[in-house]
Amino acid sequence: MIGMLRKIKNSGIKGWLYLLPALVFLGVFMVYPLIDVFVYSFEQGYNSASQTYQGTGWYNYSYVLHDPYFLQAVKNTFLLVVITVPLSTGIALLIALGLSSIRPLRKFLQTVFFLPYVTNTLAVGMVFMILFKKTAYSDGLINLLVTWLGGNSVDFIDGPYWAKMFVLCFYTIWVVLPFKILILTNALASVNPDYYRAAQVDGTSKTRIFIRITLPMISPMIFYLVITGFIGAFKAYSDVVALFGTNLNAAGMNTIVGYVYDMLYGDGGGYPSFASAAAIILFAIVFTVTCINLLVNGSRVRQ
Amino acid sequence: MEVILKNLTKKFPSRDRKNRNEVIAVNDFDFTIPDGKLIGLLGPSGCGKSTVLNLISGLLKPTGGRIYFGEDDVTELPPEHRGIGLVFQNYALYPHLTVRQNILFPLENLKGKDKLSREEMLKKADEAAKLVQIDGLMDRKPRELSGGQQQRVAIARALVKRPRVLLLDEPLSNLDARLRLQTREEIRRIQRETKITTIFVTHDQEEAMSISDMIVVMKDGVVQQIGKPQDVYDSPANLFVAKFLGTPPINLFTGQIRNNTLYIGNDAVLQVKDMPDRDVRVGIRPEGFILSDSGVLTCGLNGVEVMGRDISVVSLNDASANPTVRSIVGTENSLSDDTRHKPEGSKVRFDLIPRKVFLFDSLTEERISCEIQQLAAK
Repeated sequence: MIGMLRKIKNSGIKGWLYLLPALVFLGVFMVYPLIDVFVYSFEQGYNSASQTYQGTGWYNYSYVLHDPYFLQAVKNTFLLVVITVPLSTGIALLIALGLSSIRPLRKFLQTVFFLPYVTNTLAVGMVFMILFKKTAYSDGLINLLVTWLGGNSVDFIDGPYWAKMFVLCFYTIWVVLPFKILILTNALASVNPDYYRAAQVDGTSKTRIFIRITLPMISPMIFYLVITGFIGAFKAYSDVVALFGTNLNAAGMNTIVGYVYDMLYGDGGGYPSFASAAAIILFAIVFTVTCINLLVNGSRVRQ
Repeated sequence: MEVILKNLTKKFPSRDRKNRNEVIAVNDFDFTIPDGKLIGLLGPSGCGKSTVLNLISGLLKPTGGRIYFGEDDVTELPPEHRGIGLVFQNYALYPHLTVRQNILFPLENLKGKDKLSREEMLKKADEAAKLVQIDGLMDRKPRELSGGQQQRVAIARALVKRPRVLLLDEPLSNLDARLRLQTREEIRRIQRETKITTIFVTHDQEEAMSISDMIVVMKDGVVQQIGKPQDVYDSPANLFVAKFLGTPPINLFTGQIRNNTLYIGNDAVLQVKDMPDRDVRVGIRPEGFILSDSGVLTCGLNGVEVMGRDISVVSLNDASANPTVRSIVGTENSLSDDTRHKPEGSKVRFDLIPRKVFLFDSLTEERISCEIQQLAAK
């Protein structure tokens, strides 16, 4: 009896027992759905009400990959990722550098820069509508500025594709900035000032200090921000809805996640198989990009 | 390079909202550091010694006074134009660069006519690395080195530009005891070889005494005494210096001078010439005691500690300002064997060596200089 108890102790069963509640929840709400989505993506015309499907194979993927709406969504998502991730990280770094080199008003400015983070996405979206949307009564604040500067007013919300893309990128950058600034100001503050003093004694120029000392020192944080930034931007959806409404396909501004949602619930909806295939494709894209990121940067970042 | 500090003063604004008084970290420093010497700035923590170092380096601007390197007034010069090498307490080696890159770093900053070719830089870096004996570690990262090796890299980096003055901030405080001993010899050797005026800061008097050509003892931003380590030890200017230097620390007693005789408690211990009667504080170095059955100072034995070459006799005396009186008697002392077997509390008697006894004013704590001799009866 005692021997058996000891065996249980040694085999770590007790540990697993403690983990059980978490494992059950993760299993039911994370692992099972993931597997389910994977299975659906190969079941042609799956109907969730009748639990029936017509056959298995690559049909769903083939359909999705030939769907112009999906291709548009992929294009939009990629543009968003490629533009906003580097830009927002760069701008955040500049602002963080500025914040850490000034003394007066630093706390106040930090708070100001952090405000978008605690503001509701949809509320921010409304503000952007006011800034950019053309209505019967006004052209929006930005257009006022554009015309004042001598340009022609543009409809940013229902107008040309580039204008809409501009608004979306602008908005995304603005929304993700606070978190990045917060992380980077802390990273900058955690660099031991002795490094800067040593560099100063050696007569190092400001640019060289930044490139040779500051950047490598905070590189793990930048790397973290880039990875999470990529993943976040690939999953963009609510921001787009806040700006362009729910009929994203019509606006030509759909994203991959938006496409998945539309396939499930969008007007009529009810295409879980296509939605699953699109979701798996998104997963594959994010996974690949993250792997490339890890490979490219992982070797360069100071651990 | 001679370093001259003239009336150097540094005040920091007070952080305390209630007490608006400025903190005077360095108060009216006025001394000359001779060329090519190794100087130890010594004092308890918070005495302003690091501030002095930072003022000399230029990382801090003085509130008043001037700093000269030889003929040059460098008071207004930024650190990079002063020609100094600075070794930080935590070494501040760039963790993402290899040892070679770290040593090259200052050279790569040179601009204009000072700019070196890549070959010259590598040659200079190799020379510096050889000098501190780390030439085998050039491709390692700092975190792969031991504390002592990191220290050497930091010194090499500070020396590679051939500074006029080398400054070391607590160079040994991050090392373990054995390495400390080794490294301080190393600093001594490097300084001798390069002949660069070197100033280092330490709170460890043994460290400063062992390698410095000259020590500057500080307290609360004020210089207490400057001189060769042995001179300062043998002739402290005041009670603070006497207490600060020496391990084990000096023994302090309250005493009186009556009829040109020094009394500790009721024991007449030594003769002092031409001194009016007064109360004094008496400092006796641990090595100033000689065990003697007919000794002048009587104490109660508290214990005997044998530490290799030395024997410490720990005893009690009512006039002592410290809890115990600690005297060091050599193992060759014939009496020590007897003493060791004496029961605790029994009487031990000491003769005193006059030159190891110092008298201080009870109020100002300044040294009272006077001639001290053995009692005439002896």
